[in-house]
Amino acid sequence: MKDLVILGAGTAGTMMLNKLYKLLDKNEWKITIVDNEKNHYYQPGFLFIPFGVYTKKDVVKPKKQFFPGEHEMIESEIFKVLPEFNKVHLNNGIILDYDILIIATGSRTAPEETEGLKDKLWYKDIFDFYTLEGALALAEKFKKWNGGKLVVNITEMPIKCPVAPLEFAFLADAFFEDKRIREKVQITYVTPLAEAFTKHKCSEVLGHFLDDKGIELEAEFNIARIDNENKKLISWDEREIDFDLLVTVPVNKGADYIEASGLGDELNFVPTDKHTLQSLQHKNIFVIGDASNIPASKAGSVAHFASEILTENILSYINAMPLAAKFDGHANCFIESGHGRAFLIDFNYDVEPLPGKFPLAHLGPFSLLKESRTNHIGKLMFKWTYWNLLLKGKELPVGSAMSLDGKILDNQQIKEQFITDTQQIQKLSGGI
Amino acid sequence: MSNAAAEKIILGKTLAIDADGNLVNMADWNEEIAGELAKEEGIAELNGQHWQVINFMRKVYSETGDSSSIRKLTKESGVDTKTLYALFPKGPAKKAARIAGLPKPKGCI
Ligand SMILES: Cc1cc2nc3c(=O)[nH]c(=O)nc-3n(C[C@H](O)[C@H](O)[C@H](O)COP(=O)(O)OP(=O)(O)OC[C@H]3O[C@@H](n4cnc5c(N)ncnc54)[C@H](O)[C@@H]3O)c2cc1C
Repeated sequence: MKDLVILGAGTAGTMMLNKLYKLLDKNEWKITIVDNEKNHYYQPGFLFIPFGVYTKKDVVKPKKQFFPGEHEMIESEIFKVLPEFNKVHLNNGIILDYDILIIATGSRTAPEETEGLKDKLWYKDIFDFYTLEGALALAEKFKKWNGGKLVVNITEMPIKCPVAPLEFAFLADAFFEDKRIREKVQITYVTPLAEAFTKHKCSEVLGHFLDDKGIELEAEFNIARIDNENKKLISWDEREIDFDLLVTVPVNKGADYIEASGLGDELNFVPTDKHTLQSLQHKNIFVIGDASNIPASKAGSVAHFASEILTENILSYINAMPLAAKFDGHANCFIESGHGRAFLIDFNYDVEPLPGKFPLAHLGPFSLLKESRTNHIGKLMFKWTYWNLLLKGKELPVGSAMSLDGKILDNQQIKEQFITDTQQIQKLSGGI
Repeated sequence: MSNAAAEKIILGKTLAIDADGNLVNMADWNEEIAGELAKEEGIAELNGQHWQVINFMRKVYSETGDSSSIRKLTKESGVDTKTLYALFPKGPAKKAARIAGLPKPKGCI
């Protein structure tokens, strides 16, 4: 009997378990999955909690519900991997042997990395929305808040779901408009990057949305510390930004055991072959989801596309065949823009986001790189898709390789289409 | 290695650059060209500490094929964070990579 061990039963680990459970011979392979949390969190839903759209019950379900058959999980924190011995030590004392190891322990927020962040003002005037506790605390704060300087901030790249902070700023604009206190709220978007979007193409086409919504941009701002007394962000080059309410995305890091096992880079992400998803250090270790260092967005959609490739490559590895399936870095993200509208972007390692239509059976077409109501519905439907199809490793109405069908490559057309669209949008409006 | 998007003339040589304005071929780089790229980034003259960072980045790149992130620089280059921002204002990793003739660090996706 051989052992395949999956570390982490989040989005990526659960998908891999479901896929491999179906395909591996049960007389030959035993699959073990480890996680320290009983519950599965639908993290994309955290974005909507501060605005009262989702509550806790929308985003939490027992992990067991998504495992195949009666499959059990070992509930324990992972302590250390010993790659030379093909063993994993768990905090509960269990030692697991493996023939193949899949690392899927994701990325976590590390507010302790920034001086003054997890201090006197934490969850009083400083919040994150990347954790359930943070999102829930912020929802309470928003119920009572009467306005002032709202600063939305990314501490350091990379972060998971790199567009979420911008979506947060857009939703905040709409939220305070609906509350009729928008004129009392000054929104500033503070990023270490040179522009608002991580993809230059998006900034080019969508950058003006910040101006239109009256959101100020402070780019290339790298936080050195937070002054809790005077409520200021202070950068390494001594620039200062005042806030009344700070909503930040703290530094993102891979799990601590990765560091203890000597498997990670400077942020505990595992160096991984971006095409085959095999660890660069150890041939029998594979990495999927936010835990890897591949130059793709850290997003559930990316993990989904990658899971199809990884499944094929694990089967090849077992059969001593070359790892022929190649991941192209495909990402597909809805970006909420407020008032019940959203954009959709689709890109991979080599192709920048392009405007056009995304051909999706039954649901689409969704408009790429432009705002529409259908896209917003798509984003909300993602929750259903996530719980019911994606986690269970079922087919989604999208394939893993990015398709260029339906995309507009001509720039002039992009601009014209965009202008007509924006005019239309200005006439329309609706609630979230 | 990134793809060539344009060409640029530095010190009389025509060099291929990528979409971020970084050199495409490591072999095109030398210390004089670094000095010119530094000027474009608003750094009048490269001092010993600048070189410590640039050499560190080139060493890491030759070993791993990646440009160092800011975190790698602060952890391993031997120059502290405050000084890094003084040497390469606003974006130490991005600017040092460009001056070192390397692609932009990939943390920005
Ligand atoms: C606010 C927000 C909005 C987002 N929006 C979107 C979106 O719109 N679209 C999209 O595609 N993606 C979105 N994402 C990103 C998406 O949620 C992640 O990319 C995805 O969940 C990654 O899956 P994963 O399996 O790699 O990590 P996770 O799902 O985070 O799973 C990691 C698992 O490992 C476990 N673990 C970690 N360390 C240990 C340890 N030491 N011992 C034991 N267990 C451990 C954890 O408990 C967890 O269950 C969003 C994320 C956030 C935070």
